[in-house]
Amino acid sequence: MSRTTLRLAALCTVAAGAGLVALAQAFCGDYYLSILDFVGIAAVLAVSLNVTNGFTGLFSLGHPAFMAIGGYVTALLVLPPGRKEMFLPDLPAWLASAEWSFAPALAAGGLAAVLAACLVGLPVLRLKGHYLAVATMGFLIIVQVLIVNLDWLTRGPLGLNGLAPLTDLWWVYAVLVVTLYVAYALKFSSLGRAMLAVREDELAARCLGIPAARARILALAVGAFFAGVSGGLWAHLITAITPGSFSLLMAFTIVAMVVIGGSGSVTGSLLAAVGISLFTEALKPVEESLELYGLAEIVMALGLIVCLVLRPRGLFGSEEPRLLARLFENSAP
Amino acid sequence: MLRLEDIHVHRGRTHVLKGLTLAVGRGEIVALIGANGAGKTTTLRTVSGLIRPTSGAVVYQPEPGGPQVDLSRLAPEKIVAAGISHCPEGRQVFSSLSVRENLLVGGYLRRDKEGISRDLERSFELFPILRERGHQAAGSLSGGEQMMLAIARALMNRPKLLILDEPSLGLAPLIVARIFALIAELNAAGTTVFLVEQNAVMALGLAHRAYVLELGAIVLSGTGRELAENPEVRRAYLGSAA
Repeated sequence: MSRTTLRLAALCTVAAGAGLVALAQAFCGDYYLSILDFVGIAAVLAVSLNVTNGFTGLFSLGHPAFMAIGGYVTALLVLPPGRKEMFLPDLPAWLASAEWSFAPALAAGGLAAVLAACLVGLPVLRLKGHYLAVATMGFLIIVQVLIVNLDWLTRGPLGLNGLAPLTDLWWVYAVLVVTLYVAYALKFSSLGRAMLAVREDELAARCLGIPAARARILALAVGAFFAGVSGGLWAHLITAITPGSFSLLMAFTIVAMVVIGGSGSVTGSLLAAVGISLFTEALKPVEESLELYGLAEIVMALGLIVCLVLRPRGLFGSEEPRLLARLFENSAP
Repeated sequence: MLRLEDIHVHRGRTHVLKGLTLAVGRGEIVALIGANGAGKTTTLRTVSGLIRPTSGAVVYQPEPGGPQVDLSRLAPEKIVAAGISHCPEGRQVFSSLSVRENLLVGGYLRRDKEGISRDLERSFELFPILRERGHQAAGSLSGGEQMMLAIARALMNRPKLLILDEPSLGLAPLIVARIFALIAELNAAGTTVFLVEQNAVMALGLAHRAYVLELGAIVLSGTGRELAENPEVRRAYLGSAA
């Protein structure tokens, strides 16, 4: 297949997806729609964490922290001034009077997460492996504590509720498409190859002139951006945001998706995210009838262990389907 | 072309290099030999910026008669950009990336797509086996093929000075002979080579000049042949009685 045909096929796939979204919006009930929303957000989270953890081999548990930052920033910008006055009387005037529309607010949430990623990345990315995991976990806890204590900005432990239900499947789908595009394009770019090189062998990568620290921070920042955006989507889907919304358990879930799908494989984390979140949803009625809450987490933890034993590189390793590689690879070299 | 002047390097509390001074002339193959722990790898890493010396200068003159730069305070990527490629010890290919991707990573700092394509083609001509294995994961290559890939990858940067750390490590003698013939070929084509070797016989046979490093300082230097005939060197490194 020529590249033009491939491009056309990709566009058709995106359009067909949009068609399915339209069908779902028209015919699905609210319950099923919300499940689809959550599945889509999970896919954005897993794919973006894969850019951070998979491409450069970081082990970050900080994804929910970036979601929280993005979620609060988006909510604060979108919330009508009247409600802000009620919730947060001590806000500075510029923020109190702000009433942004959803798209720029989501972008701002993403950018706030990027800023946080750069701040935390500089000191933390000197660490490796387990140390990095612990440090990013610490970052997550710091963010939660800050949210609880900065009452004037976040309304403390009460959180912000009654947010407008702005997130629908169209938003989720659009963000997912952009996330996938960025992740694939990055992976097959020179920069993406450099990130994978840093993961495989940092010393050799530096010998070839790759600034390893910068590549890592960039990967962390790209992941953080989409985590921030999904935080905004999440908050306006469940119409509330509290300090506990974005927990370590969530970090575990996303990490499990990336590991099971294959660290470094965008396709793998997409499929794993969709599969695992549908499975967790399907298990909910079982949990209720058996009164065995947490069953889904147990099954997922077991699945992760089985995967690590039988197929430590995940379902896909670092591979992508050949067609996608052809679509995104630079034509010249 | 390259001059290390009174280099001191500390790693933690260990004084690794103690006033090391050596020079690599344009067009030469210079070998650095010495026992384990003498500081050979540290010397190479100091040149390529992976290790900062405590004191001393690494003077590099990329063009004959051109300006000189002190590399000792430059970041590794600046040094690579200035035309020094370092092929690290133990081959260190990116094992889950394909052979082709490994080579492309070698051209990371370059922006001229056509030039990169040409050089990719040149690497495949130099090492036909790499063309055959182009889409295979680099980790699936044999040791010798990985070494060839590591050298080809370093060449993708079109280096003026190629630094090789133990190119013979863990390879069968026949493969080592091929790699060394190739280094001689690259050198004849104009690349200056600075290499560290455990295999002193091979290294002294290949190099125009060589230095013997002991406990962080140069103790002997001379042409490859002089050193190969030196009784001290023969006793210590060539494994034969003087």
